[in-house]
This record gives sequence, C-alpha cells and structure tokens, in this order.
Amino acid sequence: MLIIKLALKNILGAGLRTWLNVIALSFSFVAIIYMQGLYNGMSDQMEKIAIEAEYAGGQYWHSSYDPFDPLTLDDAHGKIPDNLHTLIDRGEAIPILIRAASIYPNGRFQNALLKGIPPDQKILSIPSGVLENGGTSIPALIGGRMARSTGLKKGDYLTVRWRDTNGTFDADEFFISNIMKTDDSAIDNGQLWIPLEKMREMMDMKGEATIVVLKSGSRFAENAGGWNHKNLEFLMKDIRALFLTKSIGGSIFYIILLLLAMLALFDTQILSIFRRRKEMGTLMALGMTRGTLIQLFTLEGAIHSVLAAVAAAIYGIPLLTYSARTGFGLPESTDDFGLAIGNRIFPSFTGALVAGSILLVLTVTTIVSYLPARKIAKLEPTDALRGKMT
Amino acid sequence: MEKLAGQNKKKSFREPGTDSTYLIKTENLSKIYPIGLTTLTALDNINLAFVKGDFAGLVGPSGSGKTTLLNILGSLDSPTTGSAVVMGKKVETLTHREAAGLRNHHIGFIFQTFNLLPVYSVYENVEFPLLLQNFSSSGRKKLVMDALEWVGLADRAFSKPLQLSGGQSQRVAIARAIVKNPELVLADEPTANLDAENSRNIMDTMARLNENLKTTFIFATHDEKVMRYLKRIITLNDGRVAKDERAAGEGT
Repeated sequence: MLIIKLALKNILGAGLRTWLNVIALSFSFVAIIYMQGLYNGMSDQMEKIAIEAEYAGGQYWHSSYDPFDPLTLDDAHGKIPDNLHTLIDRGEAIPILIRAASIYPNGRFQNALLKGIPPDQKILSIPSGVLENGGTSIPALIGGRMARSTGLKKGDYLTVRWRDTNGTFDADEFFISNIMKTDDSAIDNGQLWIPLEKMREMMDMKGEATIVVLKSGSRFAENAGGWNHKNLEFLMKDIRALFLTKSIGGSIFYIILLLLAMLALFDTQILSIFRRRKEMGTLMALGMTRGTLIQLFTLEGAIHSVLAAVAAAIYGIPLLTYSARTGFGLPESTDDFGLAIGNRIFPSFTGALVAGSILLVLTVTTIVSYLPARKIAKLEPTDALRGKMT
Repeated sequence: MEKLAGQNKKKSFREPGTDSTYLIKTENLSKIYPIGLTTLTALDNINLAFVKGDFAGLVGPSGSGKTTLLNILGSLDSPTTGSAVVMGKKVETLTHREAAGLRNHHIGFIFQTFNLLPVYSVYENVEFPLLLQNFSSSGRKKLVMDALEWVGLADRAFSKPLQLSGGQSQRVAIARAIVKNPELVLADEPTANLDAENSRNIMDTMARLNENLKTTFIFATHDEKVMRYLKRIITLNDGRVAKDERAAGEGT
C-alpha cells in the first residue's frame, strides 16, 4: 500500500513529464484497440456478407459438386432428396442449379456460370425478385463486377450458350433485367442468375439442383440421399484462412505500436532512474530496501500505463464509438484486396478485445518498467547519494 | 520535545557479545578503494568509540575520510578490514536488508544538500521514515507535527521543498532525521550550503536535541562555526585519526 501511494505521488509530482508520457502511451492503447477492432470488424463483415449472400444456414451439395473443380459441374446435378424437398416446400431451404455456359458480350467469348435460383426466395440476399418478369426473353441478373468486366448494362441482351443434360448445345438471348450491387464477389464475378424453373427447362433437368441452401439458423443436418451437408464452419473455412493471411500482415503494425509503447516507457524509466539516483540514495539512507525501491520504480512504470489506459478511455471511448457507428469508407479498388468487406468497414470493439489489449499493454509495460529498475539491485547507497550509477 | 523522546521506544538491537558500553565502536577499521591497478586508502586503522549523548565532529581537510567514516557508521558502506559495531550490530556483516532496518529504526541522516524529496510536502518528507516503519496515521501525524514544531516549521508543513530557503530546508531535514527519535544522527557537512545565521540556527537546534533527548550526533565538517558547538573533535588526516579531543561545545 505504501509503495502504491509513493509511486502515485512521484508520478503525479513529476507533472508535465508524466502527462506527456501518459498521453503518448494512451495513443498506443487507442491505436492498438482501433486496429484490432478494424480487423474484427472486417472479419465480422466478411462472414456476415458471406452468410447473407451465399451460405445462409449451411448447404447440401450434390455428391459430385466441387466448387473448386469446374469439370465436375457437368455431373453435379440431381433430384433433390425427399427430406430436402420437404424443407424447400416449407420455405426453409432453396435449391440452386449451377451449370457452365459460354457468353458472348459485345461479340467476345467468355466462360460463365449459370445459376438457377427461385425468384421468390427470401433466404439469400440476392435480389432474385427481378427475375420474375422476363417477358419473352430469359431474364438474367448479374453483379456490378460482372457488368464492369463484360461491359453489360441493365436492359442489354446477351447471347448465352450451354449444354443440356444430354450434352446437346443450345443457345438463346438473355435479357439483363438488373445489375445488383453486392459486396460478395463470389456471387458476382462471371455469373448469371436466372429463374430456376426456366433453367431446369433449358437444361432438361426437371426437379434437379446442384446445391440446396438452408435458411439462416437452420439446425437441419440429416442424411439426404448422398447429398453432403456442409455446415457454416466448413463453408467459412476458406474465408477465415484468407482473412488470417491478411491479418498476419496487419499484426506487424500491432507489433510496431506495442514496441513504440514499450520504447516510450523504457526511455522514461531509464531517464527516471538516471535522474533520480540521489533520491534513491536518500530513500536508502532513510531505510528503504533495494527490493522496495525496485518495486517502487516498477510500479511507477506500471501506473504510467494505468493512467494511459484512463486517458485513452477518456478520448478513446467516444472516438471508437463514433468510428464503430460511422464506419470507415473504402475506395472501390478495395475489391482487389480479395475480401468481401463492403464499401465501409465498421470496426467491432468487443469487451474481450478492449480488456485483452489493455491487459497485454499493461503486462508488457510492467515488464519493460522492471527491466531498467533491476539496475537498482546493484546500486550502492553511497554511490547513489553521490549521484553515481554503479 | 519530551513528547518526541517518549513515543518511540526501540527494541533491543544489540548482537550478543558486543560491548553495550558504547553506542559505536570501531576497531582497526580500514577502507580501501581499488582505483585501476592501484588502491586508495580512505580510512586507515581507525579505532574510535562513541557513547550515548556524544556531540562529536569528524574534522579534517577534503579527502581525509570524514564522509567515508560517516557512511560506514551509518551502515551505508562497510569497512574493507576491521570492524564497526553500531548499536551492537557489526556493520560489515549486515545484509542490505538488515542495514536498511538499522538505518530506518536507529539512525537519522542530515546531508549537505538537504536531500529532501522534491515532490513531497514538508509534512510528507518528515513523515517518510515513519511510513517505512508502518506507524499508524494518527501516530505519524503527532510525531511529524512535534518534530516540525521543534525545528520551528509547523506553519510550513504543507509547503513544497522548492518554496523553502536553504536554512528552512535543512531544518526540515533535521525534523526528518529526528522524527523517529533515533539514537544516532549523522550529519555530513550540514551547514556547508548555509549562511552564518542559518548555520547558527541549525547548530542551535541540533545542540538542543542533543541536550534534551541525549541523541548522539556525529558531524563530518570543516566549518569553524560547527566546530564551536562540538563537545568532541576528532581530526582525521589522510584517513587516520590525528587527534581526538574534548571541546567546550559552547556554540556562539
């Protein structure tokens, strides 16, 4: 208790020097938490976007379907098992049929994926309602990225060629009924969304699908006649791995910030021990042991961090709250980053993140405060009184 | 001051087999510092004894070993050879913790440059040795105010050291040294940074303490004004005791 009181007194008595240090250290607190919050926000947003636009409550895949092997697409279709059909009828799942096709935008040949989706579905955040009225042409919905890469606009017509279930080539004009804005490139690049029934008719695949997407929150995981259940854990694996790769780069900044905080405190401690040798000698003459002196100086360093945490809270809480609400705008080119993170990142600051970061900085700074204080263990009282460091 | 004297009863601190007649006794004490490949003998075969109530001074030119001897007697340093028994404890065998305990409970220090803790108030500076002894808050308050009254600074209790004159600062240092009612006060050139009037005040204060509390004072000084107060003058020269004589100790 005594050394806490003494340490506080010494720190507050040092005046401006203390506050400059505390403010510098508090920047590290806020920056570290902000950066971690940004990564958390990105991660949360990526998962949310993927769940809303692609995965919902999990998927069932036809046994031949492998999204990473386009050659399997020819065979990746089949009748939907009865138990999945029951879910679809109850509005708790939707079937999607996926086939390879060739498109000819502006006279150029390009490979694409045709995806049949029920226009009235509400499970995925794809605006499939625009596919309900195609008139005489086949309505197709494409994403913004696809529109940019092909030069297609709403209302354009596009020649599409495909092979039906028997391998026979067929072709028709598609009408671009809408261009959807989506943050998820996985439902956009190289894809045309068309009405499921129309696609089944074109492909001669009545009642068939490639995947079945379960409604969000669905706990359905029964065996389904050879179709493979893929839960969210599995479906998110690639996104999480991708994010991990990106965040490793980000951790370099985290380490730099932490090092800056450590350096600031280490310098202060060294300076403090150097400047206060005579005071240390006096304290020893008054009967303070070296051990207590080490504790005192270490505690002073640690209290710097505690004060910095308080200072960080004073301006950091409003700043971070504002930032979490308004988000952080990203330029269009962020799409090239390879992550579905939308045009604004909303940092996410959890209690665990804040407490963890504070604890980490406090621990590190206490260790950093202790290291120079160890010199006191070798300090002779007579040398200290003369202002000499041994 | 009687209040100060009565409040702080000390436990016996004496090691078995040590001579209880003397408060301090040195035998063949030497202190040798290695300097590069050679050595410097700061103290050479010092044999001295001090009893309770001594008001003694170590005098001599710079480099004669006054401060070194004072540091050893204050358990801030230890002899290279020989022995220094302070209040029954052999300084040379004390661990750092034991030496700190001896200083904290039994020895008061007064320094040439006052060595007040700048961020603490006068009150807190004087209170500090009692905090180390875990005195209760009410006990501390009474002892601190008694000590400040004794040195005539009760009205400056909440001033900061920087707001005090040199003389006042040294009086605070005296209050800090005596607040725990030590058996021994060691003062290293206590008047060196003071003018004549302040020096006289300081020495008067310490002489009164010695008279009333029977606190033993040992000074290291070459100030004529201090010497006039001393009852015993030990002259050191090149680390040896050149003279050890009784003096009038009459002050001004």
